Amino acid sequence: MSGRTIAEQIIGRHADHDVRADDVVIVRVDAAMATDTTAPFAIETFKEMGGRRVWNPERMVFVIDHAAPAPTEAIANLHVLMRTFARETGSVLHEIGRGIGHQVMVENAHVRPGELVLGADSHTVIYGALNAFASGVGSTDLAAVMLTGRTWMRVPRTIRVELVGDAPTGISPKDLTLAIVGRLGIDGATGRAIEYTGAAVRALSLDGRLTMASMAVETGAVAGLVDADGLTLPYAFTATHAEAGAEYEQVITIDVRELTPQIALPHSPDSVVSITHAIGTRIDMAFIGTCTNGRLEDLRAAADVLRGKHIASHVRLIIAPASREVFAAGLRDGTIATLTDAGASFITPGCGPCVGTHLGVPGNDEVVISAANRNFQGRMGNPRANVYLASPATVAASALHGVITASNTGAHA
Amino acid sequence: MTVPATHMLSGHAHVYGDNVDTDRIIPGKYTKTLDKRQLAAHALEDLDPAFRERVRVGDFIVAGDNFGCGSSREQAPIALQAAGVHAVLARSFAAIFHRNAINIGLPLLEIPEYDIVTGDLLHVDLDASTAAVERTGLVYVAHALPPVMVAILRAGGLVPYLAAHGDFVVPARSRPDTT
Repeated sequence: MSGRTIAEQIIGRHADHDVRADDVVIVRVDAAMATDTTAPFAIETFKEMGGRRVWNPERMVFVIDHAAPAPTEAIANLHVLMRTFARETGSVLHEIGRGIGHQVMVENAHVRPGELVLGADSHTVIYGALNAFASGVGSTDLAAVMLTGRTWMRVPRTIRVELVGDAPTGISPKDLTLAIVGRLGIDGATGRAIEYTGAAVRALSLDGRLTMASMAVETGAVAGLVDADGLTLPYAFTATHAEAGAEYEQVITIDVRELTPQIALPHSPDSVVSITHAIGTRIDMAFIGTCTNGRLEDLRAAADVLRGKHIASHVRLIIAPASREVFAAGLRDGTIATLTDAGASFITPGCGPCVGTHLGVPGNDEVVISAANRNFQGRMGNPRANVYLASPATVAASALHGVITASNTGAHA
Repeated sequence: MTVPATHMLSGHAHVYGDNVDTDRIIPGKYTKTLDKRQLAAHALEDLDPAFRERVRVGDFIVAGDNFGCGSSREQAPIALQAAGVHAVLARSFAAIFHRNAINIGLPLLEIPEYDIVTGDLLHVDLDASTAAVERTGLVYVAHALPPVMVAILRAGGLVPYLAAHGDFVVPARSRPDTT
């Protein structure tokens, strides 16, 4: 029999039998996560299911990150519902300001390599950076996991994405990631797992791996598994590598040796072009943060651009560190001071304006350049705003000049 | 509350294009609520501001490829269901939306090619997975769902399914012959 993909191996271990793509199986779930957007419905549904005990409270993680601190009375009461439920069931709860759920899961080792994890948030695919099989689900699926510790799934076919060559200096993990999303398209991997490999992938830091895996869902993928070669974690682990002869539905190669900074035009994350097509576009707002680009490496990249300088007077730059740990590290090494001196506004670690609820909703016809992962119409809270997606360095360079600017050359006209 | 999933359904079509993402089905700023009527009030708001006035209980959404891409918010199918939509037909669905809809008992029919325009009267047979268009007389057959999804939908959603079965029930190694 042929070799197995990473997804087939991890799912098989959690189904307790050998599995292959297209098999429909029941699996054990190691850990689950829900946010304040999805947990309230999941909790209500869990109660409707007659649930009282959570299958494994130590591995059920609630994070208040999407609208945190609460901007309205109604949302404050949903947070109360989460806190009460977590206390009553003994589940883990991370409070406002602790950070984005996905970052908190990684920092606390709530998810580890080889595990199978579900999260009631589409960017749960990000744990593929840790060599874990992780998928986003809705509230009802999450409630069923809370009740049974299991779920059903169809074993996904795998698309292998191989980056050829080393990325040029000044080309960030986000540029590589956008290039992949642009190449695959918004539904290019629907229901599939992606395996990312190649020298430029193996060279990525943990931060960069998380950036890459987070956007697997922007191609429709149910998992985004990053080659574990080069993965460094603060604890020992056993990596799962694709077996020789594993069957891929598709193999896509992207030569990154000549790659330029990439940018996604409004209103879709797969509308990806070289930044040369957007240089000079006047911006009103710039945003750095999210599970895709709110980590220390991202903040440092922005600080390197803005050190000793100041953003354009007509631009507002909002930064939401991915976690308190990231914020604290940035305070210690001076990154936060550099960015603040340059005119950045820091907001509570969490999802910030990415989900359009608060903390930076753009006005009508305003232009935003964002280091986030999605720019669907209305995503940031205003359907009349135009949102571009790019790397933290490109966002910082654009904030500096007030127009979309190439991070590598500084070209802005 | 959920639509009985074994009936013949009849209603009118509201037709949209490809890649209708969850932000356009229900913007994120409206998702922080447990009130399904509030979700329904903003369903498809940015895509089709007239939808809320036009939709009648029992109507259908008909869309192109990749309907429901983007976030995992179950508020998306809930908003449609609470607005009166009894099924969604599309050329294809995003993976998470697909599970979420079935889990709340909202039937989905994946039909690769069709000739349907807004206002068409459709007759959907959930047992046969077909959609008949009154205007043309054409009948379209949807891709089969995996057996576990059929069972969840027939139960009326995952809550009643788990109440009936106590746990997930899937044959040890089922390999459906559809893609």
